[in-house]
Amino acid sequence: MIQILLRKSLHAATGPMTLEVQLDILTGEFLAVTGASGSGKTTLLRLLAGLEQPEDGHIIVDNNVWLDQAKGIQLPIQQREVGLVFQEYALFPNMTVRQNLEYGLRKGQSKAIVDELIGITELDQLLDRYPAKLSGGQQQRVALARALVRRPKLLLLDEPLSALDSRMRARLQNYILQAHQALELTTLLVSHDYREIFKLADRVIALKQGRISQPDLPETVQYANASDGAFRLSGEVLHLEEAGSGFSVSVLIGTNVLRVLVTMESLRQLQPGDRVEVLFDAQRTMLTKA
Amino acid sequence: MEGGFGQTLALTFQLAAVTTLLLLFIGIPIAFLLSRTQSRIKPILEALISMPLVLPPTVLGFYLLLAFSPRSALGNWLVETANIRLIFSFSGLVIGSLIYSLPFMVQPIQSGFESLPNHLREASYSLGKTVWQTLLRVELPNIKPAVLTGIVLAFAHTVGEFGVILMIGGNIPGETRVASIAIYDEVEALNYVAANQYALVLVVFAFSILALVYTINRRMLRTI
Repeated sequence: MIQILLRKSLHAATGPMTLEVQLDILTGEFLAVTGASGSGKTTLLRLLAGLEQPEDGHIIVDNNVWLDQAKGIQLPIQQREVGLVFQEYALFPNMTVRQNLEYGLRKGQSKAIVDELIGITELDQLLDRYPAKLSGGQQQRVALARALVRRPKLLLLDEPLSALDSRMRARLQNYILQAHQALELTTLLVSHDYREIFKLADRVIALKQGRISQPDLPETVQYANASDGAFRLSGEVLHLEEAGSGFSVSVLIGTNVLRVLVTMESLRQLQPGDRVEVLFDAQRTMLTKA
Repeated sequence: MEGGFGQTLALTFQLAAVTTLLLLFIGIPIAFLLSRTQSRIKPILEALISMPLVLPPTVLGFYLLLAFSPRSALGNWLVETANIRLIFSFSGLVIGSLIYSLPFMVQPIQSGFESLPNHLREASYSLGKTVWQTLLRVELPNIKPAVLTGIVLAFAHTVGEFGVILMIGGNIPGETRVASIAIYDEVEALNYVAANQYALVLVVFAFSILALVYTINRRMLRTI
């Protein structure tokens, strides 16, 4: 288990704020951290890696103290056993794929792990290439494999897939998941992408102004009543307008906009910004104020 | 004079080679530290190192002359304790050239370090590698063009040095007489043929070495 308590003053674009996080991560857990930009996600990750120092707090990993400000203990990044994957890949341009991977080996560590990772991330065709000759997705596979060579206690992924297109992203998510399971890793993923989070993470937390808050999960589809066979979606009214003989309301559900035909009566009760539920069944669509 | 021609050119390139080699070991750590420091005195240090770029070489030479003179405290101490005379000697020229050519080594390498993304360094540290290992295996190999530029500029600049050497080295054949001094000397003696020989060698040298650097840099940039 990883016990984390961290406090650090930040100067975000929105002004000064304090990052204050208390968090336990279970061994083997896949935790996602989400939140708006400037909420402190990346700082949290850099504090865990040892790339930045907090004003106060501790990080204890399986009874090993990585950080204890009260006792003046600050393990440098080299001794923390973290794997880091950046959005920018950060492969060493002067080394081939194989050299990039072997660079991570500890003194005297067997090369077997490199071959195992080459297998998991399917890099065997690319081993003698230099990073400049690889696509973004290929580079990020190398970066992932390289971060795992030392079998880190904690894998830190900082928006690793946000520079890739959606098809490539889906493929890379599979590699991440396979590596997480095959090597029994504990993984922390910083991400904006809910599809990614749902696919990969066991648990998700959100950071808001430096503090942990409930994530704003996308609206979920609920079955209203098993008996009436309908399901409902909740959303927000964007716009009201006349549509032919009747009236229509545009509702934002998740990231999609749905137009629902309504009567004059329901229209009168609504204004943009209202929370509403849209009810569907086999025959009709209905809209009710939430 | 014929023997003097070869000797003078050899001395010129020997001075440049020794200076460049020493500057490589002095310049890389300075460039590395300057690229990394957040210190408030960084502009002061940068200004000090870059002074030879703007100062007339004779100013630098004048102060070195005063400092090295056996009548000064430093010069006297060197003669008394180690029997080293820096004035009108090859070692004095090397020290003068080190100071004079330092910015030409430091500046390209420093901007090379500064152009490397932080992630490379951080990735290397996260793989358990020390600052030293990261410098040797990741940072320096990825700024080879900058290091090469520093080497060539420092070498070429030392070959072309005149004012400092005139002040502290004089014109002793085989000891302090370098090509640029020899040209001046031959012209003074109205010996234009000999002056032209030195001058042509320097022109051809300058052109070839610059062409070589640009060719190599282009090739390196293509592979990275």
